[in-house]
Amino acid sequence: MSVMTGRHAVSDGSSPLPASLKQARLPRWTPPALALAAAGAGCGIGLAAGLDSTVQWGLIAGLLFVLGTFALAAGVEGTRQAKDRLATSLVWLSFLVAVVPLASLLWETVARGTKVLDGYFLSHSMGTTPDALPGGGIYHAIIGTLEQVGLATAIAAPLGLLTAIYLVEYGRGALARAVTFFVDVMTGIPSIVAGLFILSVWILILGFGPSGFAGAMALAILMMPVVVRSTEEMLKLVPNELREASLALGVPKWRTILKVVLPTSIGGITTGVMLAIARITGETAPVLLLVWGAKTINNNPFQDAQQSLPLYVFQQWQQGSEASYDRAWAAALVLIAFVMILNLLARGIARWKAPSGGRR
Amino acid sequence: MKTPSSTTDLPPLPPQHDGSAVSGKAVRPGDRIFLGLSRGSGIALLAIMAAIAVFLTYRSVLALSGDKANFFTTLDWNASGTDPKFGIAVLAFGTLVSSLVAMLIAVPVAVGIALFISHYAPRKLSAPLSYVIDLLAAVPSIIYGLWGALFLVPHLSGLYSWLDDYLGWTGIFSYGGGAARSLFTVGILLAIMILPIVTSVSREVFLQVPKMHEEAALALGATRWEVIRMSVLPFGRSGIISASMLGLGRALGETMAVATVLSPSFLINTSLLDPGGGTFAQNIASKFSEADQFGQDALIASGLVLFVITLLVNGAARLIIARRKEYSGAAA
Amino acid sequence: MAKRIDVSGLSAYYGSHKAIDDISMTVEPRSVTAFIGPSGCGKSTFLRTLNRMHEVTPGGRVEGKVMLDDENLYGSGVDPVAVRRTVGMVFQRPNPFPTMSIFDNVAAGLRLNGSYKKSELKDIVERSLKGANLWNEVKDRLNKPGSGLSGGQQQRLCIARAIAVEPQVLLMDEPCSALDPISTLAIEDLIGELKERFTIVIVTHNMQQAARVSDRTAFFNLAAVGQPGKLVEIDETERIFSNPSVQATEDYISGRFG
Repeated sequence: MSVMTGRHAVSDGSSPLPASLKQARLPRWTPPALALAAAGAGCGIGLAAGLDSTVQWGLIAGLLFVLGTFALAAGVEGTRQAKDRLATSLVWLSFLVAVVPLASLLWETVARGTKVLDGYFLSHSMGTTPDALPGGGIYHAIIGTLEQVGLATAIAAPLGLLTAIYLVEYGRGALARAVTFFVDVMTGIPSIVAGLFILSVWILILGFGPSGFAGAMALAILMMPVVVRSTEEMLKLVPNELREASLALGVPKWRTILKVVLPTSIGGITTGVMLAIARITGETAPVLLLVWGAKTINNNPFQDAQQSLPLYVFQQWQQGSEASYDRAWAAALVLIAFVMILNLLARGIARWKAPSGGRR
Repeated sequence: MKTPSSTTDLPPLPPQHDGSAVSGKAVRPGDRIFLGLSRGSGIALLAIMAAIAVFLTYRSVLALSGDKANFFTTLDWNASGTDPKFGIAVLAFGTLVSSLVAMLIAVPVAVGIALFISHYAPRKLSAPLSYVIDLLAAVPSIIYGLWGALFLVPHLSGLYSWLDDYLGWTGIFSYGGGAARSLFTVGILLAIMILPIVTSVSREVFLQVPKMHEEAALALGATRWEVIRMSVLPFGRSGIISASMLGLGRALGETMAVATVLSPSFLINTSLLDPGGGTFAQNIASKFSEADQFGQDALIASGLVLFVITLLVNGAARLIIARRKEYSGAAA
Repeated sequence: MAKRIDVSGLSAYYGSHKAIDDISMTVEPRSVTAFIGPSGCGKSTFLRTLNRMHEVTPGGRVEGKVMLDDENLYGSGVDPVAVRRTVGMVFQRPNPFPTMSIFDNVAAGLRLNGSYKKSELKDIVERSLKGANLWNEVKDRLNKPGSGLSGGQQQRLCIARAIAVEPQVLLMDEPCSALDPISTLAIEDLIGELKERFTIVIVTHNMQQAARVSDRTAFFNLAAVGQPGKLVEIDETERIFSNPSVQATEDYISGRFG
């Protein structure tokens, strides 16, 4: 190819081919050493200038580290390598920046939550305990949360499951498309809007009072689209060959779904439902509007106000005394533990029941 | 062989083997009941959505007809008594500003963490990290609220006076001291809250980037950052956008974390660091207990506005995802 | 500008699994060397050690020496990025950047390695596309996405992208296995033209293709599944296909296994 034998000119005069494969590299210990130096300098500047917030120290150290790495690499290794190192340090930094608050959140909850968390706290209601004084517990809130979430699940899980079956096994045409679309829309409904909807129908128009059931209906609205989506995903993973094999044996479609499709995907469906339960367990806003909260035990979710764990946290925080803060943290710890255990169980089931060769 | 008569060589098929007769499966009662149940659930879901729209609108109309002031521009919320005057200007401002601050902080950091997990972290670290991030996405918002009010707020005043020293002249970052219960703090807290979900979705997309696109860049002599810029980010761009929209949807509708952190007032403050302002969801939660029936209708009206805004945001996210599907389908 | 490759004692691993064992060979400049052998014999792995792409695979590790003229690719202080810049690669499946136009695809490598004036860039892109026998087909739609081309055109676009940066060596990993016969023929013709300027190494499953395009052929084999792949012999293509010195080579070529 004579057309291409001529070497092209390069505007900056340098050859596009590296003269040598060896490039000047910073030693491998440079980034950790720089990180240490920057951290030291950050603390030093912070102390010297009398900055009272450790957040600032961290910001200064981070900035020094990023700039230092870039300058050093640009000098020794060239701009391309320097940009690469800049990106690397920014990525590491964003990771650290995120870890700090999230770790602090978990740490604070555990450290402050264990203060008043004991058997008494779990087995007693607030009763007549004055808000500003120590004492009382969350038994009534646990009962309320279990009942409300249980009722919500009883409404949303079957509806969501059947809707997903409809979409995957039967759904064609305009109705299926509309349902798919509105499931997505429903996923995005803010929880307080779901609460307002039940408020407007159940309380303002039909004239009922606050109750655990009213809250459960709002929670069900929030839960349903999550169940539909996750169940849909799981049903789609069932290979069509299985359905066809069953249908070819003359098994009617509904029995094929019940006996072949659902058992195959039951692990994933359970996981999805449990994750949805975990999500609504922490919802506060609709409970605030519809269940109102109470200080005493109300075992009947269909009549009168009830308490729930997240709402308890909020109301104890509102009281604004040291004792009520302690109670708020302890209840928060119970709530977080409950949600985390549900999550871990759900993911455990997903891993245990995962179809082999399926998901990573 | 649609009609037996068209195939002259073959004998006519016996009628009981004809296609239409076999479709008698729909007659089977079990199938009919099951189809009815599952289709009924789908219809019920649509009915709920319709009911939400209808009833919220109905109550809102009741509220708006009693409003003696312009609902969209009034800087006040007085929904009781004989002369109710209320408007959403402050709430709209506060909601948009706090969500915007949250997005500006959260999206770059989340993309950074997602890249960290998918391309930078040691392999042994990346799997447990994604697991932890997914778990953090499940932490209830009230706990973020509690932490924000009792831990974050006291730790921010130092940073705010510092910002005031250097950027106070902008007006946006002026700070008069006092508790840092401002819209900016709300934005920071919302950013921390939506980090896990935005990270999780972005990471999924980054892990889906076909190996061959990355190898194409590598084989040209690209550094790791250049590989990311040439193949990972272009492929993941729409994924990042839809992840951000998802996060934005959460930030817009967040109630408890805002209600605990913000010190509300019906003023539009040029300084984001000074306390004051409000958001739709926070206003509903804090005004609800003292509202009479008309006051509740007024709050429902503001909730309807929030609903419409989140619908628009989610609709935009869906559109982007749908376009991405077409695109990746064509590229495969 | 083409350089000679001298491999000595090279082994490659995936984690603890040894994929190829103790390979030594010389690849002559300005010639086409073909790697043939049954599936799993490590010929693609070996190819990827020649531009340090093997170590990109998680757990990938290499022992031994690869001399490019007088520089060891695996010497201390050698930057893998510079190696890949010097040794270009074309993959099994055409992989143009999906979001870039045809023009940007060809210019991608250049933009990484220096700053060019617009007119210079245009010249190089045109030359590279001509060099890949693709210019006439795409000159009117340089701003259209590269993913809109046919498979064969996409592969030639990838070749244009690889040669635009003027590498010393061009590695091709089964470049025609995803293409139809006509596109394959076009690529084979192109290889014949490119060898005047580049050292070319091609991995192929197709023995007729090796016989058609290569000057020298290396036969790889493995003792059993799970065993590392080894180089059996390397010789002039004509000899390998007419009178190989090892029995296993003859068995493979005559179709007795593999």
